[in-house]
Amino acid sequence: MIYRLVRYLDTRTGQSPLLKKLMRYVFPDHWSFMLGEIALYCFVVLVATGIYLTFFFEPSTHRVVYQGEYSPLRGQTMSEAYRSVLDLSFRTKAGLLMRQTHHWAADVFLVAITLHVLRVFFTGAFRRPRELTYFAGVLMLALALFEGFAGYSLGDDLLSGMGLAIAYSVVMSIPFVGANLALLIWHGPFPGTDQFFSRLYIAHVLLVPVAIGVLLTFHLVSIAFTHHSQFRGSREREDNVVGVPAWPGYTFRTLGLAFATAGVLFLLGGLVQINPVWQWGPFEPSQSTNGAQPDWYLGWLIGALRLMPNWEPHIGSYTLIPNAFWGGAVFPLIVFTFLFFWPAIERRITGDDGIHHLLDRPRDAPWRTAVGVGFFTWVGMIFFAGSSDRVFVEMNISYESQIHVYQVLVFVIPFVAAFIAKRWCEGLLRRELHPLRTPGGGPVRRSASGGFERLRR
Amino acid sequence: MRGAPRLLPRHRAPRWAELAVAWALILAAAAAAGFIAVYALDADTQWLGLLLGGAFALLAAGSIVTAKALVPQEKKEQERESLDHDAEDLDVTVYVQEAGEGITRSRLLKGAAGAAGLTVLGALLVPLASCGPLLDVEQLRRMAWRRGRRLVDENGRPLIADEIAIGSMTPAFAEGVDRERLDASLIVVRLRPDELRLPPQRADWAPRGILAYSKICTHAGCAVSMLRYPLFAPKAPSPALVCPCHYSTFDPARAGKVIFGPAGRPLPQLPLSIGENGELFAAGRMSGPVGPSWWGVERG
Repeated sequence: MIYRLVRYLDTRTGQSPLLKKLMRYVFPDHWSFMLGEIALYCFVVLVATGIYLTFFFEPSTHRVVYQGEYSPLRGQTMSEAYRSVLDLSFRTKAGLLMRQTHHWAADVFLVAITLHVLRVFFTGAFRRPRELTYFAGVLMLALALFEGFAGYSLGDDLLSGMGLAIAYSVVMSIPFVGANLALLIWHGPFPGTDQFFSRLYIAHVLLVPVAIGVLLTFHLVSIAFTHHSQFRGSREREDNVVGVPAWPGYTFRTLGLAFATAGVLFLLGGLVQINPVWQWGPFEPSQSTNGAQPDWYLGWLIGALRLMPNWEPHIGSYTLIPNAFWGGAVFPLIVFTFLFFWPAIERRITGDDGIHHLLDRPRDAPWRTAVGVGFFTWVGMIFFAGSSDRVFVEMNISYESQIHVYQVLVFVIPFVAAFIAKRWCEGLLRRELHPLRTPGGGPVRRSASGGFERLRR
Repeated sequence: MRGAPRLLPRHRAPRWAELAVAWALILAAAAAAGFIAVYALDADTQWLGLLLGGAFALLAAGSIVTAKALVPQEKKEQERESLDHDAEDLDVTVYVQEAGEGITRSRLLKGAAGAAGLTVLGALLVPLASCGPLLDVEQLRRMAWRRGRRLVDENGRPLIADEIAIGSMTPAFAEGVDRERLDASLIVVRLRPDELRLPPQRADWAPRGILAYSKICTHAGCAVSMLRYPLFAPKAPSPALVCPCHYSTFDPARAGKVIFGPAGRPLPQLPLSIGENGELFAAGRMSGPVGPSWWGVERG
């Protein structure tokens, strides 16, 4: 039967050689190569659960009085958007499962992408010929951050609104054009109008997902063009690719990973509560709540906004650049500029423009590893500074003192971390040196296979 | 079916693995059936998640055992094809060059094409300006407050001066103005008159120590909703209004001055007056523009 199916397809498309090539496509094997796949399967779960949510969600700020199942909010005036989120959580069967799974999938999606980017950075996988794959990946990280924020904002609960107020302020703070841009996007001063909400909605359910989908396709196709990179091994060389073929081995492996991702996400969505919007209440610009934290992947931005000293360039009594610009716009711009330009910077510094199919271990490029450790420690410390208010609540350490300490440490610790990383890498490399070349030397013995082994006294 | 040599290594699947995969698939089917049943009955979220997640987890287990034990295990080595091509393969450039060889006024054409491209693209982008008010930053300075407008609470009742206790914080709105507007909401606090350190020109803005500030933080637009009021003056810091988003901290005694956090300009203050029946009224306009800052905003 399979033979007849293949014949059928081949006589109509003539592509059975392509099919055979795809079946025997080789996937190098390493646990860290699965991070990108997990992100891919999170995206699939996000699209599936997201489509389900659109059947019930109303992207409207039209005011209604709540008369639903959740009695503490009954009789409250709220937007139709918020009411529809409450209804799909309490009234729609399986609605809460899908909403929570969607939210969890977004959080895991960004964990997987972030770790994937770190893996690619520290193994030098961004080098020629994979720069285009890398650029598409970094762009997807940026889009995924925006997409997550947009989704979080659509619920129109109190935390959504506070997040949007901050986003509005950051847009407003852009030099010269900010105020006009914000008025354009929000269709007037904050909180904007219904038009803004329908824009946010179409961005979240169509524009950004389609953009991610297109980049994702490019990402995968460009990997297929170059084949996956691999670590050096007994058989792995620059001019070959060693691994498990797509059929039969890899198909079932990756299917297993896809099912496992979906399984974990649905278990989380069903068993672990996330973003109980009914507890926050509807958004009013005149209200806010203390101790609010965004989804984890925006922690670095809230940290930057909180750490920035209140410095605002001004002329006389006129502000030029409002403070929110530094933490909300300049900081992420620095991070993404670093990510985008690192391949070019490294090429300039090392002068190495060769083709690399073999990956570095982090120790193989101590200099790159040191820069990466330093840079990501900087971002990570700012991320942790964003949780200072929780630390104050949990451990009663003065918030102000924490901020003052962080303001110094975020510029000290990264250098220390980079120094340690470099030394560590060099130490690891030294241990692998040929015994005759280690400082001090020592007695060695030639083994039957031609290698040297150290003799211990 | 075919007499050709084998393509995959010969492999005998172990019995335990076959049984394990079969069990995983059967249990996955059972979990999915359970999901359908729970959905039809009471659709409890925990059970739904447990059963659907469990079904996928079992499918995952089945797939992984299949991959690792049922199908032939092989590690394939394949030559990498070179990515770059010899010069004669790069005919693309020749196609481009030869197509344009007959053109003499190429600079004129390039210029015209560039101009046309940019203008048409611009024409397509310009309608985006309809998205909102254009070049109308003035509306960010709109003021819900003018002399004589009454302060009301969340329920629309007038605020009475005597009902505001020292060290308390009361949200207030401009009577008759949409509460969603950033400039409509206030935070009213009362301090002891001897605590006040207002500049001389604002000396009469706080009758009986009652002060009114914009509720919207000048840093990132969140509502300033916390008041720190020290009860034991020698040990505690000064009174402060705090925004819970990034902890910008303003001193209500000193005209909303920033004393901690990222905000760059003080909270705008509203001068107050007390009517004959003790109700609070605006005695004038806000001291500066309300809400997050922008390029060119007055620092107040």
